[in-house]
Amino acid sequence: MSTATTTPPALLGKSGLVFLAVVLGAAVLVPLLNLLTAPDSALHVPTYVVSLLGKYLTYALLALSVDLIWGYVGILSLGQGAFFALGGYAMGMYLMRQIGPRGVYGDPVLPDFMVFLNWKELPWFWYGFDMFPFAALMVVLAPGILALVFGWFAFRSRVTGVYLSIITQAMTFALLLAFFRNDMGFGGNNGLTDFKDILGFNIQADGTRLTLFVLSAVALALGYVLCRFLVRSHFGKVLIAIRDAETRVRFTGYRAENYKVVAFVVSAMLAGVAGALYVPQVGIINPSEFSPANSIEIIVWVAVGGRGTLIGAALGAVLVNYAKTYFTSGMLAPYWLFMLGGLFVAVTLFLPKGIVGTFYDWRSRRSPAPADLEPADLAPADLAPPDKALPEPKPAE
Amino acid sequence: MIFPGLLSRLGCVLLLALGLLAGTLMLPRAAFAQGAAPDISAPLAQFTTDKYDDTETALNALAVSGSPAAAGIVAALADGRLFYSPATKQVLIRTAAGGYVDAAGGQPVAEAPPGLKAVRVNNRIRRAVEAASGALALVSPDPAKRLEAAGAVMRARDEAALPALDAALAKEADAKVKSALTLARASILIGKAGVSDADRIAAIETVGEEGNQDALAVLRSVPADAAPAVKAAANAAIDGIEYNLAIWSVGQNVWYGVSLGSVLLLAAIGLAITFGVMGVINMAHGEMVMLGAYTTFVVQELIRTYNPALFDASLLIAIPIAFVFTGLIGILIERTVIRFLYGRALETLLATWGISLILQQAIRTMFGPTNREVGAPSWMSGAFELGQLSITYGRLWIIIFAMLVFVALLATLRLTRIGLEMRAVTQNRRMAASMGIRTNWVDAMTFGLGSGIAGIAGVALSQIDNVSPNLGQSYIIDSFLVVVFGGVGNLWGTLVGAMSLGIANKMLEPYAGAVLGKIALLVIVILFIQKRPRGLFALKGRAIET
Repeated sequence: MSTATTTPPALLGKSGLVFLAVVLGAAVLVPLLNLLTAPDSALHVPTYVVSLLGKYLTYALLALSVDLIWGYVGILSLGQGAFFALGGYAMGMYLMRQIGPRGVYGDPVLPDFMVFLNWKELPWFWYGFDMFPFAALMVVLAPGILALVFGWFAFRSRVTGVYLSIITQAMTFALLLAFFRNDMGFGGNNGLTDFKDILGFNIQADGTRLTLFVLSAVALALGYVLCRFLVRSHFGKVLIAIRDAETRVRFTGYRAENYKVVAFVVSAMLAGVAGALYVPQVGIINPSEFSPANSIEIIVWVAVGGRGTLIGAALGAVLVNYAKTYFTSGMLAPYWLFMLGGLFVAVTLFLPKGIVGTFYDWRSRRSPAPADLEPADLAPADLAPPDKALPEPKPAE
Repeated sequence: MIFPGLLSRLGCVLLLALGLLAGTLMLPRAAFAQGAAPDISAPLAQFTTDKYDDTETALNALAVSGSPAAAGIVAALADGRLFYSPATKQVLIRTAAGGYVDAAGGQPVAEAPPGLKAVRVNNRIRRAVEAASGALALVSPDPAKRLEAAGAVMRARDEAALPALDAALAKEADAKVKSALTLARASILIGKAGVSDADRIAAIETVGEEGNQDALAVLRSVPADAAPAVKAAANAAIDGIEYNLAIWSVGQNVWYGVSLGSVLLLAAIGLAITFGVMGVINMAHGEMVMLGAYTTFVVQELIRTYNPALFDASLLIAIPIAFVFTGLIGILIERTVIRFLYGRALETLLATWGISLILQQAIRTMFGPTNREVGAPSWMSGAFELGQLSITYGRLWIIIFAMLVFVALLATLRLTRIGLEMRAVTQNRRMAASMGIRTNWVDAMTFGLGSGIAGIAGVALSQIDNVSPNLGQSYIIDSFLVVVFGGVGNLWGTLVGAMSLGIANKMLEPYAGAVLGKIALLVIVILFIQKRPRGLFALKGRAIET
């Protein structure tokens, strides 16, 4: 990779290969450990842990999607959770339709909550969700279209920085309120749950859970390759340029807003896929996934792992969520929020480049020719910060 | 010389005392003598026949008798405390103490005659009792009671009340009560059979002038077989009232909107300062509001413990304490965290979000996760009517308070040294620094001021919202929307933003419901930002990137 400046860089650097090896290795190893070891063996991985790990992997994919737009385009979206939840709802609707007559009320078509609300017919937007291909399409289309419309308006009007963050937050908040309504037809407060089958397989069965885990790992690996490909391409270079100096890019003749919209849509679709994989593994999707606090938490995962380093985003998501599981299930539960809050402060103060970014720094200090490090990969803190807090000279009147 | 004077004085005093004594002795008798003037022995006798028909006749007779004893008798009958003796034909009222008094005169009866029987009551009698007590209330000595009774008659529109109403109207001297009685009479006439059309139309006009919901109900009761002219008059009056009510309801919504707007203003104005001057997104702002509310709680608890007499002043005491307390916390946060993050606006968002989690959890640990009770001082409870508007003192004070805070802040920015420096730093940080302004110090002061304002907002919000660790969370998104909508760097923008969002929210609510209205508003703000990416009152500048 020392040839990065002369020849087109390889798609994956050394660290990228390590990352893929770890993810795909886990995809093979974890199911094997679950199936082949005795339940009392020290190496045995219980099925619930497999599902937990699968959940982390979907979070990692979600974090990757945030890193793509925040780390490489400088769009701090506080509404990424909305895309995740939309993908989750699309999958949840498919799973609801699969319940069929096995619901509490035994209605062959209507999900339980609609029977409960005395609805006679399936609303039009539920049509087609009994077919998996259609649902799978909606998993990417629903978030994608929302991102397209939202991004097209916002980026064309050159809403940037803090203003953009706040309206993305308003977007997810509006969706939160909307999905809480029973009239919306998405199960209201309770959301969608009590799933039975996915593609004919019992969703509770160990085999299904292992498969979902493997699929999550594969999705994460593919997502990583896709993002990596995007940011290393010409397209990605323009994105990074937009992050660092949007106006200059525009003056150079690029339609910056189009680049941003595309990145935003791709990121939303990735988040949607993550949500779709998340729902069958946790068995429920409800409106709280839209809550603005969730979206902010995603940002923290990325910040902890290292903004602008795709690997870091995934790593941060897994680490923070592992810590969350560890601390909220024990005696330390009341202190978890202190720790999470402290983590936010500590990372922004002392580790602005995150774990991976700091590691890269440390390595580049040790060897003057970093193996596969490119400046563009770094968190931009040492470059010109894209989001200047204190406005550069605003001329006095 | 002294003695005669003394004697005469003594004599005076004695006479006076005697007079007073005689007066007190004679007063009840005098009253009795006066009240006994209308003879009620006939209706009383009818109570003793043990027939429902007679009881009802007796009640109606009592109601118009004008006897001061009537009210007591009717009340006793309603409570089942009215007894009669079949043997002596005496009518007695059992007192709360268990003794008996004579129904006509009120003198205690030393020994109740044997074989006392209660005057029996059925549903018909109960209705008659209600009507009679209404009629009696119409001539009650208390004008407020008379007014209330007139309103009750108007709502009930019982033709049987007409004689009592006429009697009361003839005696009434109070203009306000008189107009209420006229109104009640007119509303009965509208529905009464055998009234001439002219009288009916006149009655409709009288009722139409009143113009409230009750009048509307009366007018809708015009019989279907009434003459066309009567119906037309009624419809015209109904239209007039409905139009009137619609305007008042818009007024009521605007009032609610202004009230919500001032809450938003209180919550957002501190944010506007920190955001405007420092470009810092303070996610912990909502927690400053929460801390202010908890300060109020603590202050009230201390007052309750040590000096309950001061309770009415508790909010006034809490305001400066909350300001200083949250202001100091703000300065602490600025000095320990935010100061290191200048130049990285979006990262301050993360750090302050972390701080907000810590503060929430700290309060949860100290005070528990449940709502804490913050009392309202007496001057904040109650309401008054303004036309058809119902205005609660609580809301009124919050609006006034928000305006005071706004003016005070405006004055601080305009008239004080630190305000001048803040404005300079907002406009051009580098230039301000070059002119010798200690921008670091200004930043700390600004953050302290913004947090302090949030604290006193918390004092006000403790009166209308649940004081729980999550209090701040519910305001933070709205506050940001207000700031973004109004534009940064101009307090007037925040005022206009808060008021327009508040009023728009309340105007949308009747049509779309609370949740959909809120969603619509969020969408409107999102669309608005597309049109004006820097808000309503953007700071003008010539830089390409701001």
